[in-house]
Amino acid sequence: MMSIPQNSLYLMGTVFVLLLIASGVSFMFTVRNPDSDYTELRQRIQSWWVMIGILFTVLLASKGVAITFFAFLSFLMLKEFLSIVPTRMTDRRAIFWAYAAIPVQYFWVYVEWYGMFIIFVPIFLVLILPMRMVLVGETRGFIRSAGVLTWTTMLSIFSISHIAFLMVLPVKNEAAGYMGLVLFILFMTQFNDVCQYVWGKKFGKHKIIPKVSPNKTWEGFLGGFFTITVCASLVAPLLTPLSFLQGAGAGALIGFSGFIGDVVISSVKRDLQIKDSGNLIPGHGGVLDRLDSLTYTAPLFFHYVYYLHY
Amino acid sequence: MKRFLKIVFFALFIKPVVFIVLGLNIRGRDNLPKQGPAVIVANHNSHLDTMVLMSLYPLSMIHKVRPVAAADYFVEKGGFMAWLSQKCIGIIPMDRSGKTERDALFDGCQSALDNGNVLILFPEGSRGEPERMSDLKKGVYFLLKGRPDTTVTPVMLHGLGRALPKGEALLVPFNCDVIIGNQIAHKGSADEFIGDVSESFTTLSEYCLTIEKTNDDTDL
Repeated sequence: MMSIPQNSLYLMGTVFVLLLIASGVSFMFTVRNPDSDYTELRQRIQSWWVMIGILFTVLLASKGVAITFFAFLSFLMLKEFLSIVPTRMTDRRAIFWAYAAIPVQYFWVYVEWYGMFIIFVPIFLVLILPMRMVLVGETRGFIRSAGVLTWTTMLSIFSISHIAFLMVLPVKNEAAGYMGLVLFILFMTQFNDVCQYVWGKKFGKHKIIPKVSPNKTWEGFLGGFFTITVCASLVAPLLTPLSFLQGAGAGALIGFSGFIGDVVISSVKRDLQIKDSGNLIPGHGGVLDRLDSLTYTAPLFFHYVYYLHY
Repeated sequence: MKRFLKIVFFALFIKPVVFIVLGLNIRGRDNLPKQGPAVIVANHNSHLDTMVLMSLYPLSMIHKVRPVAAADYFVEKGGFMAWLSQKCIGIIPMDRSGKTERDALFDGCQSALDNGNVLILFPEGSRGEPERMSDLKKGVYFLLKGRPDTTVTPVMLHGLGRALPKGEALLVPFNCDVIIGNQIAHKGSADEFIGDVSESFTTLSEYCLTIEKTNDDTDL
């Protein structure tokens, strides 16, 4: 029987309690207003149960299993991204190389080779992919394709792989174990999304960027931002090597960059005139819709911790 | 034995490819005919089209789903392709050479429909250029003439021509749209019927996530 580090176990327990509350509240809504349709809310919460269930299972299984899982997430996200953005038929070979880079990038994580992990995508892949396109020889639309392909790989492979690398950093908080940092960033980012949504829904008045995302308000953003800053300062000492104050800094970073990640992907979807990027996750949309904030928070949080403690 | 082979082939090979390597954006799943006799008409861009449409069905029903495919391409050349398409996929071969009488042409399809099978037909007749729609052939109309028991369901596929286009062996993963429409009513004339089918493809393609929409109004 393996032992789960105490603080990580507490966080998992907290998440289960929060989910139970969410399910209870959703059930209460349906009982109180039998005429309203709560299908989407119900699906959303059900999907949360499934996602959390899978995540905790792979995290508890082993580091290797969890790294493979994040590699698979990168694959799903890149696939979804490349399916909605315009690409040319002649880009197929270059796109194939981008997929092939996923196991390689996560292999660097697995063998804990930080130097290679940090340059493989932004140096090698970003330089090689346009070269592969040149070998095909189609120059019409080249600029757009090169831009699309390098940007989508940066977000889907490079950003997301930072979550996996958090697991192989030497453990500095024994009470949280190797999964502490990962649980922290995933929980804070997703909780930030939820908080910004709830604050916006309750008090939202002044729109931030009506052209991109008409539902985003200053009240929602600031409410979420401060909630996460406070939460992070309290939780960080339990799950990460960060102190109380450093935790507040991490919370502010996550609150701010999570919002940016969200609206960047929103802009992509608005440009393509679609609402969701896929329908793999009932009630949420696609993988990209769920991981949007993480593409910004994960690398920023990683380097924040890395700079302060490693 | 044949049924067993088909189930194993789909469970271990086709379904994982369709749902994990590719991934589908399915709309209108409830419109899919749950039992035969029924005909699914879809646009055709890739060998994957058939695999995707068949994968929409549970393994317990998969032996009842039969794609209609060109005899000259899949059967008459023999070898591995003939074995695969007849034993593992269970195609109904269709003569495209024009040597067979029109009535006899559909014998295979008719008896499959009599047995309550779901037929998959590609009225474009060939995969053609990737992600481009060709003119629809009228065969479906003649097949259904005198078969009021058989329903016709249109399915719009998009993205598969990019994942595995004609003449390519390298499969590149992409999410694909599968938009299943409402049944198309039988009509008095072939032109009218084909017009309806082609119109429903146009309507269904509006729901595709992977089709680039024209965005001229927002150009800066």
